[in-house]
Amino acid sequence: MKRRIFLKGSVAASTLAVAAGAGLLSPTRVLAAAWPESAFGPRPEAEALEAFFGSSEVVESDQVSLKAPLQAENGAVVPIKVMTSLADVESIGVIVVKNPAPFTTGLEVMGAGAGAMYSARIKMGQTSPVNCYVKAGGKIYMTSQEIKVTVGGCGG
Amino acid sequence: MASTKMKIKKSAEGGHDVMVLAKHPMETGLRKDKKTGEKIPPHFIKTMEFALNGTAVAQADLGTGVSKNPLISVHLATSKSGDTVMVSWVDNMGESDSVEKTVS
Repeated sequence: MKRRIFLKGSVAASTLAVAAGAGLLSPTRVLAAAWPESAFGPRPEAEALEAFFGSSEVVESDQVSLKAPLQAENGAVVPIKVMTSLADVESIGVIVVKNPAPFTTGLEVMGAGAGAMYSARIKMGQTSPVNCYVKAGGKIYMTSQEIKVTVGGCGG
Repeated sequence: MASTKMKIKKSAEGGHDVMVLAKHPMETGLRKDKKTGEKIPPHFIKTMEFALNGTAVAQADLGTGVSKNPLISVHLATSKSGDTVMVSWVDNMGESDSVEKTVS
């Protein structure tokens, strides 16, 4: 576990250094956190969770709710909204299990009570369960809903 | 090309909901150009940072799985009238945009 956190930290630091070296970051404004590259891409769910949250131990909770259509006509635009009543939200992650790149989007919270709600429009290749994870107080809570898709929207 | 819009709405639970619409193709890298048959390279927003009065409060991490012209919204619990909210994004090709607004 510790090794994983260490690895995650060092990867994040090195990508940031590369970005800074390439002049992508302006000197006055440095990004708060690097893009978690190791969570995105064609990785299985557990691996993405490990990369994004630093753990894959998850408990189901009714304090996390997902507002999404039961059936989406167009898989290219599926509106989803994650809401939680949990306090001290650290991060939120959304995984579409059957997408080519399951980890879809995430939110990292740094303050101001941000994190009670996160919404985005996502792409879905086919009918799949959508899992939402909320990390609060060091623990990961999740909820899931299956969204039916009539026309996929992942290109190809 | 880049155009980003932001709306700030008062939330019933206190604080505000910040809604951002960024104009962006969000290419996955899986699509092919119908005329040439060549793959269209991936082009997507990677991070979107939310700052309240100059302090970063949240960062959304986006990937190719987010729809074209992403509409992202986040709830801020401690924002009040007169505060400034700034949202800035960076994509995988180094393009970026930002938008700033005062909470009414």
